[in-house]
Amino acid sequence: MEKIIEVKNLVKHYKKLEAVNGISFDVFKGEIFGLLGPNGAGKTTTLEIMETLRKKTKGEVLIDGLSIDKDQSKIKGIIGVQLQSAGFYPNLHLDELIKLFAGLYNVEVNPEEILKSVDLLEKRKSKFKELSGGQKQRFSIATTLINRPKIIFLDEPTTGLDPQARRNLWELILKFRDLGTTIMLTTHYMDEAEILCDRVGIIDKGKILVIDSPDNLIEDLLKRGFTRNRTIKEATLEDVFIDLTGKDLRDE
Amino acid sequence: MNKYSQIKALLAITKGSLTGLFRNPTAFIFNLVFPLIFIIVFGFISGGGFRMDVAIDKNSDTSNILYTEIQKIQSIKIVRDKTDEEINSELTKGSIEGIIKISKIDDIYEIELTTTTASITGGNILKLLISKIVDNVNLANANLTKKTAELKEQTIEGRKYKTIDFILPGQLGFALLSSGVFGAAFIFLILRQTLVIKRFFATPVSKFAIVCGEGLSRLVFSIFNSVILISIGYFVFGFTLENGFITFINMIILCTIALIIFLGFGFVVSGLATNENSVPAIANLITLPQFLLAGTFFSISNFPEWLQPVSKILPLTYLNNALRKISFDGATIIDVMPEIGVLVLWGVIVYLIAIKTFRWE
Repeated sequence: MEKIIEVKNLVKHYKKLEAVNGISFDVFKGEIFGLLGPNGAGKTTTLEIMETLRKKTKGEVLIDGLSIDKDQSKIKGIIGVQLQSAGFYPNLHLDELIKLFAGLYNVEVNPEEILKSVDLLEKRKSKFKELSGGQKQRFSIATTLINRPKIIFLDEPTTGLDPQARRNLWELILKFRDLGTTIMLTTHYMDEAEILCDRVGIIDKGKILVIDSPDNLIEDLLKRGFTRNRTIKEATLEDVFIDLTGKDLRDE
Repeated sequence: MNKYSQIKALLAITKGSLTGLFRNPTAFIFNLVFPLIFIIVFGFISGGGFRMDVAIDKNSDTSNILYTEIQKIQSIKIVRDKTDEEINSELTKGSIEGIIKISKIDDIYEIELTTTTASITGGNILKLLISKIVDNVNLANANLTKKTAELKEQTIEGRKYKTIDFILPGQLGFALLSSGVFGAAFIFLILRQTLVIKRFFATPVSKFAIVCGEGLSRLVFSIFNSVILISIGYFVFGFTLENGFITFINMIILCTIALIIFLGFGFVVSGLATNENSVPAIANLITLPQFLLAGTFFSISNFPEWLQPVSKILPLTYLNNALRKISFDGATIIDVMPEIGVLVLWGVIVYLIAIKTFRWE
């Protein structure tokens, strides 16, 4: 498979904290790669270095063959970035914000088409702050599509969303993957990673512990003789919740 | 792929920022509402004219042509119902500009004018007006044609310096200072705090283009408001534009130069402020002293001597002076180069500090 992202021995030290401690991984073209880990594991730092928003201390990162040291501007042109808690310009409507970003990327877009692809067409004359949590995340993802990127970075896209909105976002992410975009995301929800990710890297205290597909990782664990304390039920509480409340989005 | 254009990105920011500004009513407060309130208040208080309180000495002869002429002058208000003691006390405070005593000595009227150092400007204007009257009366008595005397009178009337001519440039200057300082300080603090800037950084736009884009939008917004302010002054309050449209254009050019410099103060504030609560404190520290000391309301010459050097280093002083020279004296941008020079010097200092203090995160 063709590598689209290469990270080699990446190190990031803050004044006192060693946030990223020599991690290496590759992301293949067209896959969804998940960086999993508890809070403070170094997920966001790693992602922001790859997005050229943060300086690294050591190591090498290639995005579609471009070095983050030399080709920052070119990289920015081919990636789409959704930040964990980005704000958008106050007092502008969604379609105006899309146009603003189109200007920032130097591309021509049809704002309505983009908003439609994330199911926000009816909200085009709303302001960002008037949106619900799920709508905000969907809009944030919409802004990553403007420059028709090769890679989309999503930082904890479903944190804080209700089960309906999470599922809706998963469908959206899978849709973009199926259209050929490589997606790299971070999450601390394992069910989400299991459903979405082709491969995951588990990171803790700035180091990568394993990298593989969710299925392989589960199989390995079972081979080592792991059993759950309680008998596995055929359904989860979330299944019950969705069964009772339905899959329809609640934020419209 | 076409080469990436920072100009295109810059203009996209300007357009977005401007749309937001025009949609935000509070943005108009500093630029338009405050200055208009002051202009209206001052416009009504003085009925569009400049007034001086003048007392008449008790022993004065008031049954003569000189006294009648003095009474005719609009900008002189004659005070009668005060005791000698009150008059003297108010004269030392400058709230009465002068005392006039007319006496007839050997068929020649003599005017004794007592003015005060508390109001040097007022005193000088008073001396000028009285000597004009004496001249006119002398001319009339020398049996010259009445026409000549009238013609001279008209010249004086035509150059009447109205309150609006003083107050509007001051308010305009202060509006530019406020909107430059507060506007630039708040917008960058807010964009930083809400991570709007961070999202911008994930696009190929340069930092320079972001600053220029935002600055340009503030500039367009403030100039738009300045145009409205000058127009209201001109059409409603009879503000003097000495050479009409040319004067107007010169004022706008000067406003643009000044605003670019004032935006620099705002960039410094946004760098120094750690949260939105400290913005007003630091911004007021820059704007308030200038509001009081830069000749916004009162002529600087009214201030005590020890305070005048302070007034004379403030950038707003130079903007206000230059605006008044342009609007009332019909000066051009070239004529006010000394004032612009001081402003530019301030600009250089402020932008050097801004580069040191500006923070992106």
